This record gives sequence, C-alpha cells and structure tokens, in this order.
Amino acid sequence: MSEAPIIEIRGLRKVYRVGKVDVEALRGVDLQVSRGEFLSIVGPSGSGKSTLFHIVGGLTPPTAGVVRVAGDDVGAMSDATRTRMRKQTVSFVFQKFNLLPNLTAGDNIELARYLGGKDHSQDAGFQEALDLLGIAHRMGHKPSELSGGEQQRVAIARAIVNHPAILLADEPTGNLDSANSGAVLEVLRDLNERLGQTILMITHNPDAAAYGHRTVHMQDGRILEPG
Amino acid sequence: MTFKLILENMRYRPLRSLLSALLIAIPVTLILTLVGMSQGMLAESARRTRGIGADIMVRPPNAAFMGFSGAPTPEKMVSALAQEPHIAVATGVIVQGLGGLENVQGVDLEQFDKMSGGFEYIQGGPFKGPDDILVEESYARQHKLRLGSPVQVLGHSWRVAGIFASGKLTRIVLPLDVVQKLTANIGHVSIIYLKVDNPANVGSDIDALSKKFEGFRFLSMTEYLSMVSADSVPFLHPFINVIVGIGVVIGFAVVCLSMYMAVLQRTREIGILKSLGASKSYVLGLIVAEALAMGLAGTVGGILLSFVGRWLIMTLVPASLTQAIVPEWWPRTAAIVLGASLLGALYPGLRAARQDPIEALAYE
Ligand SMILES: Nc1ncnc2c1ncn2[C@@H]1O[C@H](COP(=O)(O)OP(=O)(O)O)[C@@H](O)[C@H]1O
Ligand SMILES: [Mg+2]
Repeated sequence: MSEAPIIEIRGLRKVYRVGKVDVEALRGVDLQVSRGEFLSIVGPSGSGKSTLFHIVGGLTPPTAGVVRVAGDDVGAMSDATRTRMRKQTVSFVFQKFNLLPNLTAGDNIELARYLGGKDHSQDAGFQEALDLLGIAHRMGHKPSELSGGEQQRVAIARAIVNHPAILLADEPTGNLDSANSGAVLEVLRDLNERLGQTILMITHNPDAAAYGHRTVHMQDGRILEPG
Repeated sequence: MTFKLILENMRYRPLRSLLSALLIAIPVTLILTLVGMSQGMLAESARRTRGIGADIMVRPPNAAFMGFSGAPTPEKMVSALAQEPHIAVATGVIVQGLGGLENVQGVDLEQFDKMSGGFEYIQGGPFKGPDDILVEESYARQHKLRLGSPVQVLGHSWRVAGIFASGKLTRIVLPLDVVQKLTANIGHVSIIYLKVDNPANVGSDIDALSKKFEGFRFLSMTEYLSMVSADSVPFLHPFINVIVGIGVVIGFAVVCLSMYMAVLQRTREIGILKSLGASKSYVLGLIVAEALAMGLAGTVGGILLSFVGRWLIMTLVPASLTQAIVPEWWPRTAAIVLGASLLGALYPGLRAARQDPIEALAYE
C-alpha cells in the first residue's frame, strides 16, 4: 500500500541575502521521505544540509519550489503557521544540544510540552521513551551537570515529547565521543523502530549514516543521488 | 512553566535582577518619602493647632491665614475681644520663624493654659526666671536637652525650665513679652485665638465679631484645619509631579537597559524557544513579564525603604521632620513604576520577538 510521502520537496531553492551578495544555499532540491523512514543526509560543509532542515522545520521560508510537510505547503505558510508547525509537526535535535541552561532537564522537557500545547497528564508512551533514553534519573539536573551524551538524550526526549511527525537531527553526534555517539544513535534507531518515528539525520560520519535506512548525498546545494 | 522559566532567568543573573530592582526602588522611595513627609508634617501641624483648644482664629486686615510670622495685630485687640459676649478666653501669640521649619512662639502662659488646659510637663514646669524656655519632648530628645540645659534661640542663651509632651502649639515656647521685646514688636501679636462659651454657636459668634471689628478676619478652627492640606502648600504638587516624572524616566531607563542586556545575553535561548514553537507574542510576553516582575520587586523594595527612611528620621531627627506612611500612594507608585517598566520592556521585547531563529541558534 503506497501512502503519500510525509515530506515532498520539488525544485527547492533558497537564497540568503548577505549584504549585497546573494548566497545560493539550495539550488534545486528534490526529495521524498516516507512516513516511518530513517533517512541519513551526508555532504561537505556548506552544501546546504542545515538549510534544508531549517526549511522543512519551518524556521525559514523557501525562496522557490514546493515543500510539502505532512500534507501542508510550507512555502505558502505565514510566520504564525510555521510557528504552529514547529509546535506540532516537526522538532529539532542540534549538534550543540541547545538545552535551556537555566532549566533542569525535566523542566526543559516540560517547557517543550507546554509550548506544544499538550496537556500535562501522564503520557505512558513518553515515560517509555524516557526509559529507553536512560535519563529518567537525571531529570532534576541542570544541563551543566550532565555529560554531553546525557544532554543530547535529554534534547531527544524534549524533541519527541509532543509526538512530532518528523524528527530533524542536525549532526546529533557531532559533539560526542564514540561511546556517547553510539548510545545516541541506538536511541534514534530504537525510536524509529519501536515508535515508528520518522527521522532525518545529518551527519559527517559514514558509520553514523549507516544507522539510517537510506543515505542521500548533498553538494553545492543539490542532492547528488536522488532517493 | 512559563513562570518557572522567568524565575530561573532572573535567578540566573541575581546581581542584574537585584540591581535593577534596587534602582527602580529609589524613585518609589523618593515619591513615598516626599508625599509621606508632606502629609506627616501637615498632620503634625494640624495636631498642634488643635492642641491649642481655640475655636476661632483672628488675623488683622490684609493678612493671610497661612504663615504667621510677623506681628501685625495690636495687642489691645486681645483684651477688646475678651470683653465680647460668648468669648470665654482670648489669647495672643507671637510667632517668630527660626529658619527652616522651626519656629518659637511667645505666649501669655496664664491665658494660654486656660484655653488649652495647659502644657503637660514631662519634666520641670512653667517659666520661673527671666531666661527660662519651654521645649517639646521631641525637641529635647533630638538636641539632648535636660532641665537646666542651655538653648540658643533668637541670639540669646536660655535655660530649659520645662519639657512638655508633644502636640500643643509648637516646639519652643517663650513668654509673650520676651519675644515681643527681642523681635521689636512690643504691643503686637501675630495671631489671636478665641475660645467661645458654646462651640455650637461659633458661626453666629463669628458673624457678630466680623460685623463689629470690620476688616479683621475671623476663621473657625474647623475651617482652618480643613484648609491645612497638601493643596495649601505652595509648589508641593508640581514638586511631586517632577519626582513622579523622574521615577517614570528612571524606571523606564533601568528596565529598558536591563532587559536589552538580557535579550542580547539570551539570543541563543530565544532561538531555542522559537525552534520549540514559541510564538512572537510568547517571547515578547516573557520579556515583559520579567520586566514587570522587576518593577514589582522594585515597588515592594521602595515601600520597604520608605519605612527604613521613616525609622531613620524618627531616630536621628525626631523634632525636625515627620514622615507619614502613605499606603494610599502604594498602588499609585506601583502603577507608575509598572507602567514605566512595561514601556521599558517593549523595545527589548519586540527585538527578541523578531529575532531570526536561525541566526539566534548560530549565535555563540
Ligand atoms: N542564515 C544564513 N545567512 C546567510 N547565509 C547562510 C545562512 N545559513 C546558511 N548560509 C549559507 O548557505 C550555505 C549552506 O549552509 P548550510 O545549510 O549551513 O550548510 P551545511 O549545513 O551543509 O554545512 C553556506 O554557504 C552558508 O554560508
Ligand atoms: Mg550544518
């Protein structure tokens, strides 16, 4: 049975204006991602990988092309609609973890839940995810008291607390040693396999990319081997 | 959750939050102290005037009722008025300013005691010798005076003969003739007080007196006391307005700078919030709420400081200033300061709300 792809991108272009110079970050990207897929994206620095995520995640609008995420046309969205998409449909995991430093791990997750507008009643699926992540006992600590691996697992917990359709992980192991990288990648694979979480992951590391079902290569704002 | 975030943000930079609140507290204290002092001193002056026990106050032609220095009334008027029907006691008082808020009053102690029921002496008693002076208890406390202590007033050295309880006439009292001589006002008084036989008829008594002593002005004490309000003190209102204006400017500037700094420091956090789906209005709300919390802390701090100020005045200079605590001004100053904080938060808040999340996340 063929379901409509959860991400459908055709002819996507993104131009950043820096002073008087136009920077072409994306020069015509075509990509389809199915629901439940774990896709790896690799490519040299500056090839436009993060920009692609920022557009799919509604942080910035596309310059041209069609981008449909969970059936909605991102290019036609207002700022407010893109904000709603970030609340409900997509979520990010960053290389630098990006936890709020003043809040405990637990409060970081609670805040994301609050911003997502979900009620605060116990969420059995999420409790299971916390166990899966192995950070349930670290919830009362501030990010500065956690190891990099723990911080990234808290960031993943925060990203999935509102059950987003798509998880966008931009070099999630870029700041981690190999042991912690392994743990985070295992968690992502578990989330994908057990909960059916759709995941897009940017990485430099071929071993990390191998965790995905499929890998696409980007260079100079284009995808080399269209998937 | 939002509340927790604001609280943790403020706790994360305790010095910034505390300093801002303290700076905001200063104009709050200024306003409350100024208003409190003017009201306190008016209440104090009204209490002393009431303590005289008079029903009617007499001023000569062309003299104002406020500010009694000078002695324009012939003393003969006192005995003339004492002869009038329904007048139980008449007594003349001479008021001599000593610079600032202090004055010395010369009284005819016998008549004054009849009218007021007499000073309540805590130590000593009425004048005995030619150099004797009476002082109020608060004045004695401030200047560390005891019975027999020397006091310099009107270029003359006096000896404290009596220390009386506060709340009657004034703080420093000399015999009427002595002050008349020293101020070259022999035969004159500043003001005449009358006590009537039946206070219920003060109105008709005043009518009768006004008819007979044309030009002289007779005012019932009730009416006089109702005039003793903030409105009767020249420049007080404009002065308070200036202080309020300064408060608004300080509150605005402090909050604006402090929150602007906070927004710059939290560029990355704001980017994170936006990536989590926080809307522009939510981000603006965070900044405004933090500013208002600071404004509120400043208001509470300012109110507490006004108590500290009052305690200092009562301890160090009990006889010079009286500061009332003016709770009816608390909500007003709170509104002024919170309004200023809100304005001050607007620019930093809007800047934060408009911040591009991608640039914010790239920010180191
Ligand atoms: N916010 C931005 N403003 C201007 N130029 C940008 C911005 N973000 C990315 N770029 C430029 O777009 C290109 C692609 O960047 P990016 O998507 O970050 O690549 P990657 O993630 O593959 O390293 C680079 O040349 C980069 O300098
Ligand atoms: Mg990148």
